[in-house]
Amino acid sequence: MKLLEMNHIKKEFDGLGVIHDISLSVDEGEILSIIGPSGSGKSTLLRCATMLEQIDGGEILYMGERAAYVDADGTRVYPKGEQAKKIHSYFGLVFQNFNLFPHYSVMKNITDAPIRIQKRGKEEVYREARELLAKMGLSDKENAYPCQLSGGQCQRVAIARALALNPKILFFDEPTSALDPELTGEVLKVIRSLAELNITMVIVTHEMSFARDISDRVIFMDKGVVALEGKPDEVFDADHARIREFLGKIQER
Amino acid sequence: MKLSVMLEQLSTGMLKSMSIFFLTLIFSLPLGLLISFGRMSKNKILRTIMKVYISIMRGTPLMLQLLVVYFGPYYLFGMQIGGTYRFTAIILGFSLNYAAYFAEIYRSGIESMPVGQYEAARVLGYGKMQCFFCIIFPQVVKRILPSITNEVITLVKDTSLSFSLAYAEMFTIAKQIAAAQTTFVPFVVAAIFYYVFNLVVAVAMERIEKKLSYYH
Repeated sequence: MKLLEMNHIKKEFDGLGVIHDISLSVDEGEILSIIGPSGSGKSTLLRCATMLEQIDGGEILYMGERAAYVDADGTRVYPKGEQAKKIHSYFGLVFQNFNLFPHYSVMKNITDAPIRIQKRGKEEVYREARELLAKMGLSDKENAYPCQLSGGQCQRVAIARALALNPKILFFDEPTSALDPELTGEVLKVIRSLAELNITMVIVTHEMSFARDISDRVIFMDKGVVALEGKPDEVFDADHARIREFLGKIQER
Repeated sequence: MKLSVMLEQLSTGMLKSMSIFFLTLIFSLPLGLLISFGRMSKNKILRTIMKVYISIMRGTPLMLQLLVVYFGPYYLFGMQIGGTYRFTAIILGFSLNYAAYFAEIYRSGIESMPVGQYEAARVLGYGKMQCFFCIIFPQVVKRILPSITNEVITLVKDTSLSFSLAYAEMFTIAKQIAAAQTTFVPFVVAAIFYYVFNLVVAVAMERIEKKLSYYH
């Protein structure tokens, strides 16, 4: 089943087109990586999918249900109330700079939304949160505050926080870009472990070998359009001028 | 006049000064938050009204505002003033004035919050109110506490402006005794009272700050 479909998405900022007519879909259990030079619209696309930005054209479907669209006369239609809550519960997002709540402990960061928003039982939520923390290798940190953690630890808490709501699909917006190189590995390892659990993921990343390794499918974005799409090997080894140039630049570093 | 009699008279004034102080805080802190919402509203009319309100409250003397609040109803509507209205006018005047200052402090705190906190809350499913009161506001309080302390300390001293409405709080009584008995002692007592009161306020606020220093 298709968990997410984005059809003919357009997005502009102050009249400047950032995304021009992009369509993509994500199947259940699939891992999709989105790569491309900065300014190509990758993050914006993710922000549109998670409704942090409103689209200027096209439609977004979750679980086959139309979640948001722009109708013929250009009016944006976004879900409201209960409908919005339902659609928001389908996805989770891990931010580049974590955005943990600094005044909450690690445990509270993870458990607050399931308890307060989803109204689930405290005991069950805490038990699940402890399991998640164990999976993230952070069992000893449940009472720590984000300011006492390293960047890599913060990002792992943020991943646990997103997973605690049991989303159908998890988005990552450059999850390692704000981390020191030596901390990148621990976060990538955690994401890899999620892949083994068959969690549907869409990952915007600059970690090329990671993307190649983990993904079922890769999208190469350039100047607001999908320039290439396919299996990792097809995209990374493609004889395509723009991606050769992009990968070449990255290897120069 | 015996010192004990003087102190007894002054202590009734102290209680009144303290009730002005606490009542003003109770009303102006929430009112300031509402005004700051109006000040940051998307509605241009509301935003402008609040901007003008804050500008007037900050731009004219508090003593003058007290006089307007007290005598205004008489000149405008012929309302009977005096009696209990004197105290009401004082609380009203102080609250309206301090709310304007607090509103700007709240605004500075709210606008300094990184947008990522709102976005994280939104993606996790928090509603607007839940997001504000669970995620944003507690962090804002920590950020603005030093500025709030400043205002609160000023308020302790400003309560003495109630003498302009001849309300018998600490400073009014001190002035009366000093004039009637030609003595300087009541002013010394008043000075000590305000200083000690503020010392307590400062220590209390410092405690709250420390309590909130578990994160940054």
